[in-house]
Amino acid sequence: MSEGAARWVLACHAVERLSQNPADLKGMIIRARVGQVRDALLDRLDTLTLPVRKIHPNIPDEMLFGGVDLAATLSAGQVIHAKGIINEPCVILLTMGERCPHDLTAKLGQILDADKGHCLIVLDEGACEDEACPAPLVERLAFSVDLDGIERTETITPDDDHSNDDDISYADALAALTCLAARFGIDSLRAPWLALKTAEANGEDTLSSRDLELAGQLVFAHRATQIPTDDASEHLLPPGETPPNNQDNEGDEDTSAQDMTLPEEMLIAAVQALLPDGLLDAVQNKGKATTGSGGAGTRKKGNRRGRPLPSRPGRLDGRNRIDLVATLRAAAPWQTIRARSRPDWAGLHIRPSDIRVKRFEERSDRLLIFTVDASGSSAMARLGEAKGAVELLLAEAYARRDHVALVAFRGTDAELLLPPTRSLVQTKRRLAALPGGGGTPLAAGLRTAMDIGRLARGKGLSPTVALLTDGRANIALDGEANRAQAGEDAEMMGRCIRAEALPAILVDTGNRPTPALRNLAGVMDAPYVALPRADAQRISSAVSDAMD
Amino acid sequence: MKPPFPFSAIVGQTDMKRAMVLTAIDPGIGGVLVFGDRGTGKSTAVRALAGLLPPIEAVVGCPCNSATRADVPDWVTTAEDRFERKSTPVIDLPLGATEDRVVGALDIERALTRGEKAFEAGLLARANRGYLYIDEVNLLEDHIVDLLLDVAQSGENVIEREGLSIRHPARFVLVGSGNPEEGELRPQLLDRFGLSVEVRSPQDVEERIEVIRRRDAYERSAANFFDTWAREDAKLRSQILAARKRLSGLQETDDVLRAAATLCIALGSDGLRGELTLLRAARALAAFEGSEHVSRDHLRAIAPSALAHRLRRDPLDEAGSATRVNRTVEKVLT
Repeated sequence: MSEGAARWVLACHAVERLSQNPADLKGMIIRARVGQVRDALLDRLDTLTLPVRKIHPNIPDEMLFGGVDLAATLSAGQVIHAKGIINEPCVILLTMGERCPHDLTAKLGQILDADKGHCLIVLDEGACEDEACPAPLVERLAFSVDLDGIERTETITPDDDHSNDDDISYADALAALTCLAARFGIDSLRAPWLALKTAEANGEDTLSSRDLELAGQLVFAHRATQIPTDDASEHLLPPGETPPNNQDNEGDEDTSAQDMTLPEEMLIAAVQALLPDGLLDAVQNKGKATTGSGGAGTRKKGNRRGRPLPSRPGRLDGRNRIDLVATLRAAAPWQTIRARSRPDWAGLHIRPSDIRVKRFEERSDRLLIFTVDASGSSAMARLGEAKGAVELLLAEAYARRDHVALVAFRGTDAELLLPPTRSLVQTKRRLAALPGGGGTPLAAGLRTAMDIGRLARGKGLSPTVALLTDGRANIALDGEANRAQAGEDAEMMGRCIRAEALPAILVDTGNRPTPALRNLAGVMDAPYVALPRADAQRISSAVSDAMD
Repeated sequence: MKPPFPFSAIVGQTDMKRAMVLTAIDPGIGGVLVFGDRGTGKSTAVRALAGLLPPIEAVVGCPCNSATRADVPDWVTTAEDRFERKSTPVIDLPLGATEDRVVGALDIERALTRGEKAFEAGLLARANRGYLYIDEVNLLEDHIVDLLLDVAQSGENVIEREGLSIRHPARFVLVGSGNPEEGELRPQLLDRFGLSVEVRSPQDVEERIEVIRRRDAYERSAANFFDTWAREDAKLRSQILAARKRLSGLQETDDVLRAAATLCIALGSDGLRGELTLLRAARALAAFEGSEHVSRDHLRAIAPSALAHRLRRDPLDEAGSATRVNRTVEKVLT
């Protein structure tokens, strides 16, 4: 059997198991582009006896949770409630799962957790690694199958391989699957539970080692974070010790203790064969997830409410707000005509078509955090030029309606001279009054810039740090004059900024390029612009180039 | 309706369970924040709590669960003169909830069909006298966070919009859970939570197996499982009730007050909320344990949960806040 066919058979098994117990297994994720192979698998979902409801990532709340059907209510003159998906058990088929916003994710999670017999099938058409079904759903659903690269010819019908040669007790299966999950580094306790239910959903009364193997392959393979090593197994699983105290009602304690060790190794081999190639990448990505690039759960949240736009005709779906005045205004001209058609109605005649909803222009504003070196060395050389550059950028930022913040570092500490603002006048005034002199606490400056960037991001702005310095960091974070420590601290803050995924640009204003600064720029993942004999105009164009 | 998972049947997670019990004893502590990976039983614990808490008496038909007829806000037209016992409300606030759904809004349905100006109560009203649970609290939209901050602080929800001017009590215990890898929480909201705990999956295989086994027993027959644990839950419930009674009689000595203040100064926690929460939590813990007075041991036990989330984040300290608190506690309270 080819590799693709093997995966196909596994996917079929997943569907089979799911149809046995959709309520407990909660569903599956199908990662595939549209095509015959996916359709073939979806056809197999017919074995699920529940009704299928198809939803898309922008589904309004009232379709999910039910509510007042406004259009029907208005035309009937009495309240008519619409039934939501949550009201009765069904198969929810979510298309374009990779674009599922995190609020819908949370709601779907809520529906699944309510244990009302819902089953969720997510069709994930993600094209690259970054595009994937949100993690909370991956966690809740038992299976995840990847159909990419399977040929149409490989979609064979799996043969029934129920070789019921052995019989494993339920308690043993429970212990074995839990140990196995631990050895694959799966922290969540949902996984072993789902695996147990998978093994159980074989349509028979007994469990065989084949069931366990399949359960491990289907449930653990895409969740694994480590490959079991022998050390780990010794550490987690004292040989032959797991079962005895776990068995309560089973009579054959000694025999099953031996049985246990055998399937355990087989299970590991079975799951290992299915581990994705990029397992270690995935582990590294886990750390990187904090940086929040790509994926549904990232920083789209919390835009400021935005400028109001003219209201538009629309439906009230629970997410938008009605513009009462505009609605009444739209209905007003029709009152006489409508009154004629329904003379018994005393109140206002408002039809669904009159309803106007409020709209806001939501866009993520940019924030430029100028982090300006105002130390003695800089002051002598270039503070004037740096100020000029900032002013030029300010003018540009003003034209683009960007926000700016100004951080200056000198002496032993950094100071936020101007919190994020759009006020050009104020910024200019603060900048002009910026005094120079003292040491170069580069690390402190970076820290302040990072704090502001983080806060701004929480408010829905997209911050960029522009660091202007001549680079001779000589004050450490604790305010001590220690050149070596200062350099180290600056580099550490640079790493922090990178870890926060704050875009940055480093402008070297020294008389000649400083290697330490080029280094720092590398650490921060920022473009490095050296400006020997810079003039304000050049700094300005360099920064705007880097931002675009 | 399936009975909820019994609170006492949750394996391990002592910190989380203790924090929740303390807020049940003294709601004034101000909420619990639970941080941890998925599948560690955060949601299970919150829902179990609802089953554990003693029921409340409320006016029938009042959307804010008022305790007496006099407490019912004047805009409520559906309230009756009868009382009912209902379980302590634990209200879910889903991430995508709109402002309207959270604070309540003009009842569009009645406005359009009957031409009446009526108020439709939101989630905050329903959470009054109970718990408001926010899963993935760190992903909550900022404007909802702002609303919550205000209401959690004042205990009253004020709505001034669309020609409505309405207020109603909204005293609830905020319970938030989330996965810190997915986003930070704003410090202002962090500060509103009285206690914070971090949960991890048990690392011991035996314990993990026990978790799965209990889950299995529960899924097989929720009613039987509930009965098995009913006695444990009842014991805990009566302990909570007894602790509530004892709470007012407890006094802490100057020495304990001084120790709490020294601790907070040493840790550099912002504001005085740290001290206040620390004392309240220590008092609730003393009441729960049946002690005669609040001692330094109580402070020591509760300090990490009460203070860890109030420290200024130090990006250079990799040890984590809880470790810092513990280190300082050792230094100050010996």
